[in-house]
Amino acid sequence: MKATRWFNHPGMRALLALGLVLALGCLAHADGAFFRWSTHRDMLRQVSVGGILACGMTLVIITGGIDLAVGSVLGFCAVLFAQLAVHRGWPVGAVVLVVLLAGAAAGTASGALVARLRVQPFIATLAMMVFARGLAKWWSGGQKISSAVQKADGTYVYVDLPAIFQWLDARLLGGNVAAVTLVFFACLGLSWVVLAKLRYGRYLYATGGNEEAARYAGVPIARAKLLAYGLSGLFAAVAGICQAVQEQQGDPEAGSTYELTAIAIAVIGGNSLAGGRGGVGLTLLGALTIGYLEKILSINAVAESNRLMLTGVIIVAAVLLQRRRAG
Amino acid sequence: MPAPLLQLTGIGLSFGATRALDDVSFELRAGEVHLLAGENGAGKSTLIKILAGIHPEHEGTIRLDGREVRFATPQAARRAGIAVIHQELSLVDAMSVEDNLHLGRESSRLGGVWLDRRAHGQRALALCRELELELTVGDLGRPVGDFPLSVKNRLEIARALSGEARIIVMDEPTSALHRTEVDRLFRLIDGLRARGVGVIYISHKMEEIYRIADRITVLRDGRLVGTAPRAECPPATLIRWMIGRELSQQFPARPAARPERRVALEVRHLRVAATDPARPPVVRDVSLTVHEGEIVGLAGLQGSGAAEVLHALFGARGRVTGGEVSLADGAYEPREPRRALARGLVLATADRKATGLVLPLSVTGNITLAALPRFSPGGVLRPQAERSAARARVEELQIRLASPEQEAGALSGGNQQKVALARWLETRPRVLLLEEPTRGVDVGAKHEIYALLNRWTSAGAAVLLISTEMPELLALSDRILVLHRGEVAAEFPRAEATAEKVLAAAMGATSAEATKTES
Repeated sequence: MKATRWFNHPGMRALLALGLVLALGCLAHADGAFFRWSTHRDMLRQVSVGGILACGMTLVIITGGIDLAVGSVLGFCAVLFAQLAVHRGWPVGAVVLVVLLAGAAAGTASGALVARLRVQPFIATLAMMVFARGLAKWWSGGQKISSAVQKADGTYVYVDLPAIFQWLDARLLGGNVAAVTLVFFACLGLSWVVLAKLRYGRYLYATGGNEEAARYAGVPIARAKLLAYGLSGLFAAVAGICQAVQEQQGDPEAGSTYELTAIAIAVIGGNSLAGGRGGVGLTLLGALTIGYLEKILSINAVAESNRLMLTGVIIVAAVLLQRRRAG
Repeated sequence: MPAPLLQLTGIGLSFGATRALDDVSFELRAGEVHLLAGENGAGKSTLIKILAGIHPEHEGTIRLDGREVRFATPQAARRAGIAVIHQELSLVDAMSVEDNLHLGRESSRLGGVWLDRRAHGQRALALCRELELELTVGDLGRPVGDFPLSVKNRLEIARALSGEARIIVMDEPTSALHRTEVDRLFRLIDGLRARGVGVIYISHKMEEIYRIADRITVLRDGRLVGTAPRAECPPATLIRWMIGRELSQQFPARPAARPERRVALEVRHLRVAATDPARPPVVRDVSLTVHEGEIVGLAGLQGSGAAEVLHALFGARGRVTGGEVSLADGAYEPREPRRALARGLVLATADRKATGLVLPLSVTGNITLAALPRFSPGGVLRPQAERSAARARVEELQIRLASPEQEAGALSGGNQQKVALARWLETRPRVLLLEEPTRGVDVGAKHEIYALLNRWTSAGAAVLLISTEMPELLALSDRILVLHRGEVAAEFPRAEATAEKVLAAAMGATSAEATKTES
């Protein structure tokens, strides 16, 4: 029997961590900057790309795995998106479709290594992380892909960026919310539907909770894992498009170390790396906690060196706060 | 009169609103085996955990040799000479036998930095000899996960002994042991008794209780019901104390089998290779038939292949090496559990923790897991349907829980077992392969499970049953097949089966000695 006190619910503990960060913001409000809506709007915009990656990461973590490749897949997808949309001038719909399929394919490949060939998730996705980064550099020739297009004679011409670069970078709802933030919320919603409403969502939990027992109960383990990693790749592609739009270019180096941000968001929210527990509600709380933390440090003009050190300390503190009571 | 070895007074503990223990007193003398009995959830495990230093926030006092102590950590309890052998094995599968035996109390040299490997090896060998564990020096280096449950169980005991314990708590130590191994364990306990060690013994098995216990203490709903010497607490009293009512008989009557029933499962010349291809096959040649409405018992000692037959038929070991299997609706090839389930064949495994439940998942989620497509037409879950199905099973099996949405891992062992059974029930199976269906389940709940088996078979389900509890196997089975070294050694119809005959055949006595009937 376990204690069922309120703080034993992971959501409550994640809220507590978020509340502490918000309290910090109220104390260090940088001459009222923290109380302006634009600060919150910018925070949401800045945390969106990491948050989108964290949605896929949550699905994978619930199966008891980890996806280290999301940052690199993001980079490749950003390059692919910019190349097809800007340089080749493909119609936007086709570009988005191809990029999403590419991301999903990369994720599914990781998933196949994990599910079919039984490579450990850490190793399989580490390999995919290196491979996808190489692919991004090969595809782009090592160059950032921007509106400057090199002609055969070596001169540059500048082309107009397709309209999607404006749409996604726009502020909607009376300038109150960035479009990427809505994309992030859509990804959260999709993940929530998968986890809470679909049969395969239950299979993800069962696989992560006890793979052997799930197999004995007839759960299609391999397909569940393929789904989780495939969706993680898909979300990485979405994040890649958002990243390219925000940077107005496709940078082959984009998204490096973002996998760590995504893991940090999922874990700070209280998703257990052991698998079998958690949900995207927690991931949202984690994204807000990380987002506010970075925002508060930046509006107070804390130097980057100190910011990184402080973030490290606070991540540990947040995770310690959420640890399940032993016994 | 000297102070008792251990004296607990007024022990209480609450978890939130749940009162797990209330004003319990308990005494253990040196050289005594004190049986602790009670239904699942009666508070036995909580009491043991307090003694093991896991719940230092408890109320009441603990006196060791008359001196008051309070264990703040499990380490403190162990240092005081209290060793607990847990119901759920707590060995580290990936570590070697030797390292497991010394985990937490390594011998070291150079100020605690270097492990003293030689001392470890010698002590491990001596311990194994004391426990009649036939392990070679080479075996000591192999990971514990390589060994069957029965060996692991004795290693667990060996580990407790390696700490020079004065009080040993055994929580259902025989649940994974076969009869000969139980005898061995009891000889060991006699030795402990002679050395003045106090043993607290938890068991649900009547025959063991009256063989080993000096005194009996019964808990019910977290309270002390009573303590009595064995002679003053006959089985009827014990059962009344445990469940607070009289049970008319231990086993419900089996309805007579009707011979004209159809064949539900037919196995011809089944052969199953060992996981390690260098070893001989675990099942050599097994043929058997189970009819609809029939319970066939499969008996056999450790290594007989009985468990492997069940797992292989379910497809949990991949493709079988040889033989033919057919079900009522045609030929069947074991390949993976999914296919077996689709054909109405289920396996309830003995190892609840490893292959039974998904502990972090809710009780409801566990109950519907194997039948989930039925609860999610079009791939979308129907939580209402799931909840009402789970509620019905919780009611039917009288599973004790706070809420069907709580994690299955938070339930007591016996209730977890019922959740596992509920899951298989939910798949509406036609053939049930049951491996130790009542392991860790209290008397009252056992009765319910027996009644359930009768209901299933009356409805036409066929059951292939393994149980190390001989009385249970004899009472439930319409026929008993005895396996020895991967082959069917004997078959007894219900009327002819006795514990002696079954055991003799299981131990490999000749057919004449075992009075083998037609097979």
